[in-house]
Formats: sequence, structure tokens, C-alpha cells
Amino acid sequence: MSKERIKIAPEMHDIMPVEYQDLVERATYGSETRGWKDIGTSKELIEEHSLCAGCPESMAFRYILASLPAPEDTVMVGSTGCTSLVFPHVGVHNIHSLFGNQNAIASGLKRALTVRFPGRVKDVVVLAGDGATVDIGLDMTLQAWFRQEKFTTICFDNELYANTGGQESGLMQKGFVAKMAPVGKTFEKVRLPEIARESGCHYVVNCTVSKPNLVEKVIKNSIHVAREIGPTYLQLYTPCILEIGKNSMEGLQEMRDSEKPAERFSYKEYVSDQAKELLTELAAKEKERKAAAKRQLAGQA
Amino acid sequence: MSSVYQVLPGPEHFLPPAAASMGVCLPDSGQAHIHGKIVNEEEAMEVAARQFLAARVPTIFPGPLVLWAWNEKAAKKATAIRHLYETIKECVTPSQEAMLIPMPDYRPKYPKINPEIEINPNHPNLTIWHNKIDTCMFVGVHCHQANLSLKIIRGGTCCYTIAMCAQAGHEDAMLSFRDATADKIMRLADCVKRLKGSVKPPED
Repeated sequence: MSKERIKIAPEMHDIMPVEYQDLVERATYGSETRGWKDIGTSKELIEEHSLCAGCPESMAFRYILASLPAPEDTVMVGSTGCTSLVFPHVGVHNIHSLFGNQNAIASGLKRALTVRFPGRVKDVVVLAGDGATVDIGLDMTLQAWFRQEKFTTICFDNELYANTGGQESGLMQKGFVAKMAPVGKTFEKVRLPEIARESGCHYVVNCTVSKPNLVEKVIKNSIHVAREIGPTYLQLYTPCILEIGKNSMEGLQEMRDSEKPAERFSYKEYVSDQAKELLTELAAKEKERKAAAKRQLAGQA
Repeated sequence: MSSVYQVLPGPEHFLPPAAASMGVCLPDSGQAHIHGKIVNEEEAMEVAARQFLAARVPTIFPGPLVLWAWNEKAAKKATAIRHLYETIKECVTPSQEAMLIPMPDYRPKYPKINPEIEINPNHPNLTIWHNKIDTCMFVGVHCHQANLSLKIIRGGTCCYTIAMCAQAGHEDAMLSFRDATADKIMRLADCVKRLKGSVKPPED
């Protein structure tokens, strides 16, 4: 889809619901500088969502959608879980895959888009929960990384199956007792970021979504690296406040507590040498763009 | 092949059968179908025009393929649809209310759609019931979503459905055109204009 296609037929403009008019007039499709700071001043690519009040996943969704470098040329692939309740409200092309198949679907999609649109950059972003990424879909996740498929995999890690009432998942921490896992987890949380690194991912981050600027940075980095070099993986802690017995307003604090040094979501990053080179180059370009914008502003004044 | 099953205004029942499964066939080029019977396109034009003129709330539901100006053809069709709507509005009596309600996309919107300003293919009856629509025309809706909606409407409402389809037509509509173009929509508008005053408006 090109940005030129996001135009309402003039004869139909007055009957279009306001959210669609806003998407055309006030969304940030095509903006080079789009980021989380647009939230509140421009039309977001997410309409009303159907997640629980105070759900950190909804924050994560908003930051991610605000940070995609080119939403008009991005296809997101989701899977079963709370995320699949949000995708219908999102102004970005998306596919709902069979539970666990998301990385296989994304592999085919990315290849097809490359053939269908030669010379155009089309980003594919997988966004799934820990059940889809690590348990049911681990085979597809790893195989995509082994094959060096050029797309980003984001795992919303809430450390259990929240959507179905709190069953144990591979990413649950050892000893945790959930509503439907009364004995408590008997083995350690699967160390997927490390597995991702060993499986060939070029950019891997493990963090929470408590800081929007950090989320923006890692989303942009991971997508740029995936475009040019190979697979990237982000594991973002989005706790399910209901299943861990917290109130709506306690999600943010839960994330802050979990990202302290030595905690399981303290910021960890792996960047391959190739990716480092690319990110340095991109950072230099960004610096130059900002300086040019500043000079232009000064000239106008 | 002719079918004994007729695609008629409902409410048929909760899950009406797909008309195709009951033997209803799609028309060939230059043809249309009315209630499942293949007819000449001109005949269908007249029946559709009369249906609009006789309805209490004749409504057009334009879908994404014409709401968005994604190519020149789509923009032309949008112009033609607007013209058809204005023509119907002009030709009906003050007791009738012509409407133009968009189906902007197919997302199952939650918590709900606003039935006054839009229609959603996953629960089209909300818009039809709310506005008391008794005749509607689908245009610019992707086939799969149109079939889904037309079946739901036939199942739960007494609304007469017309499909102005750009492809091969819809068995699940009570009247279906095929190969829709801007010219064809304009011809329908001309037909409505020509028949103005010759159709008895609904009684209060």
C-alpha cells in the first residue's frame, strides 16, 4: 500500500465516520520523525482497544504503533491471545495466524512481499504472546531465525496464558503459582533472548514497556536491522495485572520493579557486529537530519 | 439450472442457507438476477429503481472499494454513487428518507458501531434496525464480506437487498447486478428519475 492510496473519495468524505477522516488527516503515515511523542497530538493507529483497564499490553501497543518506521508499508502478524483482540482496532495491515504459526506465516509473507514489490521496503513484524512464541510456536520461531528471515519478532511476555485464565507458560518464572497452575512452576523461565542470539538473531532486547522512549528506540532499531541484515527479537514484559493479582493502576509499578538490576527484566541487549555497524550509520544520518532541520528552522527565523 | 428456492426478504431465520447451496446461480454478462431468477439487466434496473422509490428508507451502503479513492475507477464510481443517492433523494416523497451510510471497513468493531453513521458487515442488522431501512444496495464491498452481510440481513430483517457487484454478482442478494461500472450506476440513477411519480410511495 502506498500512502497515496489513503485518500477518501471526495464525494464520500462527508459520510465517513470521523475516525477515518482523522486517520487520513491527522495520522503520521509517511512521517520520517514519527515516534511515541506523537501520542496525544496526532491520530493514533489504534482505535478503542478491548483490553482490560490499565493493561500494560495496551501501552505497549500504543508505543509500538507510534514507533513503526513505515506503518503504511508494514504488515503485522499476530497470533491467538490478548493481542488478537486488539488487532481489529489497528490501522496497519495485519494477519491473524493459527496459534503458534506466526513466524512461519511471516516468513512466507516477507518473501512474497519482496517478490511482489521489488525495490520497495516492506516491513513484516510478528507480535505474539509468550504462549505463541515460546510454547506452541517455538518450532516456527526458531526455524525462522535459523533461516535468517528478515523480519522482527516481538514477544509480549506476560509469563502465563492470561487469556484463558492463567495456565503455566514456558516464560513463567520458577515457583510462580497461577490460578490454573496451583502446584507452581517447577523449572526456570526459558531464556529465549539467549536462544535468539544463538539462533542467529542480530538484535535482541529484553526489557519492559515502562519507558516509551526506550520502546521507540528498540522498535526502530529492530525493524531497521531486520530490513537490512536478518532476524531480530524483542521480549517485552507486559504483565497481566489480573492474573498476578494487581490493580489497574499497578501495572506500571510492576514493570518498574521487574526491570531493576538483577531482576528478570533488567535491560539486556545483544547487537551483532553487522547490526552495530548499521545502527551507527543510521544514528549518524539521524543526527545529520536533525542538524539540517535545526539549520532550516534557524534560517526561517 | 433453475431453483425452486427464492431469495426473498426475511426474516428467514437465524442461519439462512447460502443461496448458492440452494441452487441459485449467478447471472452471465448483461444479465442480473431477481430473487434467484436470471433476468435481463434492463428489467433488473427497473425493478431496483421501483424498489428504491417504493421504500420508506431507501439506502445505499458504499464499501471500502468506493469509499477510498485508491484508483481512478473507484473515484468515478464514488461520483456515480453520490449521484444515484442525490437522485433517489430528489425523487422520493417527503415521507421517505433516502440514506447513504458507509461501510468503511470490515473490522469487528467493539464495543459497538454507531448505527446512525456506519454499517459493519459482522452485524449489519444493527444499522438496518436502527434506521428502519427497508431497501438497501451494497456497492464497493468485497465479495466475501457482502455475502456474509447479505445472509445476515436476510436472516434477521425484512430489508430488501440489492447488490451492485463489480464481479459476478451475489446469490444472497434479492436482486443482483454484475460487472458494475460508474456508467451502470448512472443508468440506474436515470431509471429512478424516469420512474419518478409512477411508483406508489409507502403508506404512513
